[in-house]
Amino acid sequence: VVDVEVKCLECGAVIPLPDDVMVGEIITCPDCGQDYEVWDLNGEEAVIRPAELEGEDWGE
Amino acid sequence: MKVALFYDRIRYEEKSLAKALSEAGVKLELQDAKRLELRPEEQLDFDISLIRCVSHFRGLYLAAFLNSVGMETVNRFEVLHVAGDKLLCSLALYRSGVPAPEFSVAFTPESALRCVESIGYPAVLKPVVGSWGRLVSLVGDSLSAKAVLEHRETLGGPLHRIYYVQRYVAKPRRDIRVIVVGDCVVAAAYRYAPEDDWRTNVARGGKMVALEPSEELCDIALRAAEAVGGGVLGVDVLEGPEGLLVNEVNPTVEFRGISAATGVDVAMYVAEYVLGVVRC
Repeated sequence: VVDVEVKCLECGAVIPLPDDVMVGEIITCPDCGQDYEVWDLNGEEAVIRPAELEGEDWGE
Repeated sequence: MKVALFYDRIRYEEKSLAKALSEAGVKLELQDAKRLELRPEEQLDFDISLIRCVSHFRGLYLAAFLNSVGMETVNRFEVLHVAGDKLLCSLALYRSGVPAPEFSVAFTPESALRCVESIGYPAVLKPVVGSWGRLVSLVGDSLSAKAVLEHRETLGGPLHRIYYVQRYVAKPRRDIRVIVVGDCVVAAAYRYAPEDDWRTNVARGGKMVALEPSEELCDIALRAAEAVGGGVLGVDVLEGPEGLLVNEVNPTVEFRGISAATGVDVAMYVAEYVLGVVRC
């Protein structure tokens, strides 16, 4: 991955990406708490999108 | 060998499983269930699938599709279907003679209240589908039972109108989580309820402490796993006054907490199991 960080789509804060980041992982904005799903790591910039909200059927 | 790991979000568990499968030498394909478009006539290019969706229904219907077109999955559709529904799971345990708390079911709030009164207070009301202790209610008297039932009625969704009632088991402030992989118990730990809750779910702040499983615990956990169809399962066991009781069986088991508490590499056992299923 090229990027080591992304910008929060909500508040603009910098969100660091973990070293072993994977597509599908959830990252949280350290400033506003918004959760994002890492959507694409193939391009020059990492793509994130707001994570799905917890559903009633979520769990084990 | 090619293994597909289906997910809808990558948590500790999926990362560990991906690592364990890759280290086992398989060609691994990570598949985001949210992006799938499945058509039965299209050929699938892998040997087995690991279903790891956090959304129960997404994983359930995905397994239904894959099994129907001849693709083996861990776990299989029937297992996700039975273990993923608290009533179906209790019925499977009952049929198999596995000790479990007394339960009943009703289809209206009025009948549900009679079930609660008959089972006695405190009683436990649970949604048939759901996890992490969500909406699991301990009702101590008829007023609180009525309130919970009224709320359930207004929540919407047909499954909220299936009223599952369970006898509350007087137990220590803990239960036991056992991870079963195939016909082996690979890890077991106590789950202690947090100070401000009666539920022991790790998602609710429950704390895990490793334990050395007794023969009795292994036996009841393996029987419970077999009762729901077997595979990779998290069996929850209560220490009742008269012995061990199986509370629930979880078909898409999380193991971050138990791996940390016990030091057991659960993902490695699951990877070995998946490879074993293909080789059989």
